[in-house]
Amino acid sequence: MSLNEAPMTALTDAQCRSLRALAALMIPADPATSMPAADDDAIFADILASLGRDASQVVAALDALDALAGGRFGDLAPAAQAAAAARLQAAGGPMVLALTRAVAQSYYRDDRVMRAIGLEPRPPFPQGHALEPNDWSLLDPVRARGPIWREA
Amino acid sequence: MVDTVDVLIIGAGAAGGAIAWSLADTRMRIVCLEQGDWMKPSDYPSNGRDWEARQLAEFHYNPNRRARDTDYPINEDDTPIKIANFNGVGGGTILYAGHYPRFHPSDFRVRSLDGVADDWPIDYVTLAPFYAENDRMTGVSGLAGDPAYPPKEPVMPPLPLGRSGTTLATGLNRMGWHWWPSDSAIASTEYEGRAGCINLGHCTGGCAQGAKASSDITYWPAAIRAGVELRTRCRVREITVNAEGMASGVVYYDADGVERFQAAEVVILACNGIGTPRILLNSVSGRFPNGLANSSGQVGRNLMFHPYAQIYGYFDAPQDGHRGPGNCIWSQEFYETDQSRGFVRGYTFEFTRGQGPVQAAITGMMTGRIPWGAGHHAAYRKLFGHRTGMVAICEDLPEEHNTVTLDPVLTDGNGIPAPKVTYRLSENSRRMLDHAVARGTEVLRAAGAHDVGHEAPLAVGGWHLMGTARMGTDPERSVVNEWGRSHDVKNLFVVDGSVFVTSAGVNPTCTIQALALYVADSMKRRLATLFE
Ligand SMILES: Cc1cc2nc3c(=O)[nH]c(=O)nc-3n(C[C@H](O)[C@H](O)[C@H](O)COP(=O)(O)OP(=O)(O)OC[C@H]3O[C@@H](n4cnc5c(N)ncnc54)[C@H](O)[C@@H]3O)c2cc1C
Repeated sequence: MSLNEAPMTALTDAQCRSLRALAALMIPADPATSMPAADDDAIFADILASLGRDASQVVAALDALDALAGGRFGDLAPAAQAAAAARLQAAGGPMVLALTRAVAQSYYRDDRVMRAIGLEPRPPFPQGHALEPNDWSLLDPVRARGPIWREA
Repeated sequence: MVDTVDVLIIGAGAAGGAIAWSLADTRMRIVCLEQGDWMKPSDYPSNGRDWEARQLAEFHYNPNRRARDTDYPINEDDTPIKIANFNGVGGGTILYAGHYPRFHPSDFRVRSLDGVADDWPIDYVTLAPFYAENDRMTGVSGLAGDPAYPPKEPVMPPLPLGRSGTTLATGLNRMGWHWWPSDSAIASTEYEGRAGCINLGHCTGGCAQGAKASSDITYWPAAIRAGVELRTRCRVREITVNAEGMASGVVYYDADGVERFQAAEVVILACNGIGTPRILLNSVSGRFPNGLANSSGQVGRNLMFHPYAQIYGYFDAPQDGHRGPGNCIWSQEFYETDQSRGFVRGYTFEFTRGQGPVQAAITGMMTGRIPWGAGHHAAYRKLFGHRTGMVAICEDLPEEHNTVTLDPVLTDGNGIPAPKVTYRLSENSRRMLDHAVARGTEVLRAAGAHDVGHEAPLAVGGWHLMGTARMGTDPERSVVNEWGRSHDVKNLFVVDGSVFVTSAGVNPTCTIQALALYVADSMKRRLATLFE
C-alpha cells in the first residue's frame, strides 16, 4: 500500500446542493459591507473546483450532516439545516476542518471579498509589501543588562 | 552509470548541499542522488492568488498530505507530533522559515552541566569557524551583539521589526526579558546575486523572490559549478557492502522506476533524521542483519523533534498580518537550566507576525472566535490583521523509545518500506511546554493582547528531525564518530540532523550545515588515511 495515491472524489448533484447550502450557512452575505455569501456562483464554483486533497473528508462531512439531519441536508428547510449544521460544527474534528478549509480558501481569495476586507486583489509576488520603519532604540534595556549566555 | 564514483551523497537538502560544495575542491568525482526535483521559483505559491490554498496542498509541510510522487509516506499514527519536510533539491529548506540560530556553548555539554543525556564529542569552539563559513555561504541577516550568544557577526542587517515586532518588543521590555532580532537565512539586502526580501509574507511556501536561503540557491549552484553532479528523481533503496564490510555503492530507482546500481568509494548519507535511518535499516545483509552501521542498536533511536508551543494574541491595534517574513525577533530568557522551573534545559521564543486572510478565517472558525452564520463578518474584521504571537522551541532530550523503524506494510511508490515514527512526549517536555505557554501568555498580555490562545504541543510541528544516528566516541552507544564516520563501516558518513547528540532549544539547520562543513573538512584533512 502507498499513501501517495491521493483519491479524487467528485460530488453528486445532491452533495453539491448540500455543500452549497452549508457554505451559505457558514458565510452568509453581508450587504452592508458588500460581502457576497459563500454560495455565490463564482465562489461556489471555485470551492467545488478546489476541493483537492479535502474532497473525501468533505464528502464524509456531508454524509454526517445527512445523518444528523435525518434526510438529505440540501433539501431540508432552513431551520432544520441550521440545526444540523450547528451540531456538525460542535462535533468539530477533521471533517469540519476540511469543510472550513474548502470554503475559506475560495471565499477569502475572491476579488470582491479581498477589497471588502481592505486588501488589494493580487498575489504577494512580485510587488511584496512595505513594513513600518524600525525603532531599534527598543533594544536599549536589553543591551543594558549585558551578556546572559552560559559559559561551558 | 556503473563507473565507480569517489563520493556518493544521498540527499540534496541542507546538509547534502553543504558537504558537496565543501568536498568539491578536492577534485574528486562527486555524485549526489536526490529523489525529488529542482524547484522553480515561478512555481511557488506566492506567484498566484491561490497562495494560501497551495500551501495546504502540493506545498503542504506534511508529506502524507502533500503526497507528491517525489514524496515518501510516513506512518505517523503513533506520534502526537506529525512530520514536516520537503523532498527535492534544497530538501526541507525549500519550505523552512529560515530561522537560523546557532547552538550555544552550553548545548554541547548538557551531561557535564545539567546531568542529562550526553555531551557532544565536539564543542562550540570547534564548530565556530564552520558556523561563520556557513553564515557567509547562506547569507544570514541579524544584528551583532546578542547578549544570549558569544560574539558573532551576521553578514546583513536584521529583518524589519514591523508593527508586530514593535508590539512584542514593547511587551518583552515591560517584562524585563531578553530579546534580539533573529538570525535569519533570509537576505535583508541584495546578497551574492540574490535579491533582498520584499516582505512577501510567505516564506514557508518557497520564496519566489529568492531572498530565502534554500540550499538549491546557495550551496548547490556553487557545488555544481565546482564539478559536482546532481541527479534528481533518483531514490535510494539501500547501501550495499562488499566482502570486507565496506560500503560498495547504492541501489536506487531512477525517474522511470528502473532499478540501478551506483558504485562508490565513499557514501555520505544526508537524508535527514527520518530518511537516513530508513535507508540504514533497509540496508540489511548477512554481515549487517540489523541494518547498516547499527552494531550499537542506536540507528533509528533517540528521535528528537523540539516540541513546539504556539502562543498567540489578538490586539486592538493592527499588526503586520501576512506582510513581512515570519521571522522577526527571539527571546532566550528561558534558555538555560533553572531547576526551580521544574524542568531541565530550556527553550527559545521565536516571535512571528500574523496570518493571511484564508488562515485567519480557518483558525478563527476552528477556535470558535469567528462564528458560522450571522456575526461571521463582524468577528472576522475584528481579528484579521490583529493577531501576532510566538512559538516556543523546547529542547527535546534523547530517549531510546522514540524511534524511526521500517513499517511492515506501508511502502513508497518504488516499493521501499516507509518509515514509522513512534514518539512519546516526555514529562520534562510537558513541563517545559506548560512553562512556555504561561510565560508566553504573560508577555502577550504585557504587550496589550486582549485575547490569548495556544496549542502545545503543536501537532503539525515535526520539522526538526534529529538524533537517529547519533555521534559519539563510544561505538556501543553511538552510530558515527566525532567527525561523522560510521563506527562500523569506515567509508560511510552521516551529515544530517541524525547525528545530533542532543537537540538544544533552537532550530537545527544552521548547526546541521556547519556540521556538514566540519565533517567535510575532517575528511579532507584525512584523505590519505580516511578509512583507518
Ligand atoms: C515548514 C518547515 C519549516 C522549517 N523551518 C525551519 C527554520 O525556520 N529553521 C530551521 O533551522 N529549520 C527549519 N526547518 C527544518 C529544516 O528544513 C531541516 O532542519 C533541514 O532541511 C534538514 O536538513 P537535512 O539536510 O538534514 O535534510 P533535508 O533538508 O530534509 O534533505 C534531505 C533530502 O534527502 C532526500 N532523500 C531522502 N531520502 C532519500 C532517498 N531514499 N533517496 C534519495 N533522496 C532521498 C530528500 O528528498 C531531501 O531532499 C523547517 C522545515 C519545514 C518543513
